[in-house]
Amino acid sequence: MNKTKQMVLALVGVVVLYALLKALIVTGIIGPYWQIILNESMIYVIGGLGLSIIYGFTGQFSLGHAAFVGIGAYCAGWFAITFSHYGIWASLGSLVVGMISAGLVGYLIGVPILRLKSDYLGIATLGFNFIVYDGMQNSDKLSSVLGGAQGMTGVPQFQTFEWYFVTAVIVFILVRNLVFSSHGRAFTAIRENETAADVVGISPARTKIMAFTVGCVLAGLGGALYAHNYPYVNPDSFTFLESINYLIIVVLGGMGSMTGTVITAVGWTFLLEVLRMFLSLLGPSFINLRGVLYALILIVVIILRPQGIFGGMEASFLVPRIGRRKSNAAAGS
Amino acid sequence: MMLEVKNLDVFYGNIHALHGISFEVNKGEIVTLIGSNGAGKTTILRSISALNRVRGGEVIYNGKPIANLKAHQIVKLGISHVPEGRRIIGSLTVLENLMMGAYIRSDKAGIQESLEEVFTRFPRLKERVKQLGATLSGGEQQMLAIGRGLMAKPELLLLDEPSMGLSPILVEEIFDIISSINKLGTTILLVEQNAFMALQVAQRGYVLETGRIVLSGPSEKLREDEQVRAAYLGEIA
Repeated sequence: MNKTKQMVLALVGVVVLYALLKALIVTGIIGPYWQIILNESMIYVIGGLGLSIIYGFTGQFSLGHAAFVGIGAYCAGWFAITFSHYGIWASLGSLVVGMISAGLVGYLIGVPILRLKSDYLGIATLGFNFIVYDGMQNSDKLSSVLGGAQGMTGVPQFQTFEWYFVTAVIVFILVRNLVFSSHGRAFTAIRENETAADVVGISPARTKIMAFTVGCVLAGLGGALYAHNYPYVNPDSFTFLESINYLIIVVLGGMGSMTGTVITAVGWTFLLEVLRMFLSLLGPSFINLRGVLYALILIVVIILRPQGIFGGMEASFLVPRIGRRKSNAAAGS
Repeated sequence: MMLEVKNLDVFYGNIHALHGISFEVNKGEIVTLIGSNGAGKTTILRSISALNRVRGGEVIYNGKPIANLKAHQIVKLGISHVPEGRRIIGSLTVLENLMMGAYIRSDKAGIQESLEEVFTRFPRLKERVKQLGATLSGGEQQMLAIGRGLMAKPELLLLDEPSMGLSPILVEEIFDIISSINKLGTTILLVEQNAFMALQVAQRGYVLETGRIVLSGPSEKLREDEQVRAAYLGEIA
């Protein structure tokens, strides 16, 4: 299969997927509620790919990813509200604002904390998540638009599915190209063996910061979209527990697998919703079982497949012809 | 003189690992550092390529002091380090591992040319180009590590224990390859426990004991030295 054919095939796949989803929406099989969930799943795809770069590919353990999603949501929301008289341009601009703000904060925080290794980095990012959460709780002191503990309302909404789908596809293509570039190989080298990275001339410090910043930019974009998908942006949506959701998406999907991250992001979002719906049908007291059930699912999957569902694997249409692997058998072990 | 190490002092915590090591490598040579386990051979290579911090002394490469540079800057100067234990990236393919070696280069045609050279030298890598690094045998991994080092197109190649864990036939093969790399103009600093083989390919050698150089000279001289024969060459000599 040559390169052009590969690209055409992937493009056809995207269009077919879009047509399928659109048909389901137009015919009403996917109603307005589920469409918002579908949008949310795209947000998880974008934010999840961000964490996938940081943790899945580069191995930098972050327990604070939701903080960057939140920063993106708040900054984008503030921008979209403040400049709402520019209409759609304010919303488009807000996406860029979300990316830049989260990326900038990610860079500034990354420089000092990325010296830390694994668990210690996890604790530092966790701490950062708490700081950001407190900041959001008190954000009304900075600007009344942000709403503080009461949450931010009034962000112009656009729940059209195309926005989310197209953005997710663009992000996915960019991430795919990054992963298979020399930067992507540098990420993997850092994850697996920093000495190997050092001896070929990769700067571990610079590469980690780059991966972290790019990951945070994507988190910010996810957050910006979030602010446009839900009329109410609340600090509680960006707690440490939300960071765990992102971590689950990356780990369950499989470290170092974009395919895994995307499928798990969509799957996880819908699983949570289906569980919620199913349990509430059983009665109001059953809804609390949701946490237990999804934790159980998590435990079972991770026992059966410790390397994650797609650990070390990629859908074959993504892999450049020249680098295609003969066997993925040993990748996850 | 290509590389000059003067009075090198290196510490691990409070442990004084290298005591005022001085030696030199001339352009075009193979120089070997031999000595038993823990003598400080690896530490010297790691100090040159800045994987270890140098406490005292100087490392001069092509007339410029390099002891305070970072590891990734050293590679750009033309020094390529093939580390102990190979350090192959197991989840990347052979080709990806090799391309990683060319990380600092941007001349696509030149990289392709280096790749062909590596494949000519190591036909086995070409056969396994799409295989994951983790699935290679020890000998193949060593070839990949050397190949990766060559992809940076180095002037000076630092080889750390290339014979470690290999069968005798493979050891011969690897040393033949080391000779041939050198003949094409790459200077080599070789660290080895296998003193017998090392002194056959190298022009000069230094003998290390507990962080000090105790003996040096042309390889033939070292091979005949009583001390070296007793300590490192065993019954082979």
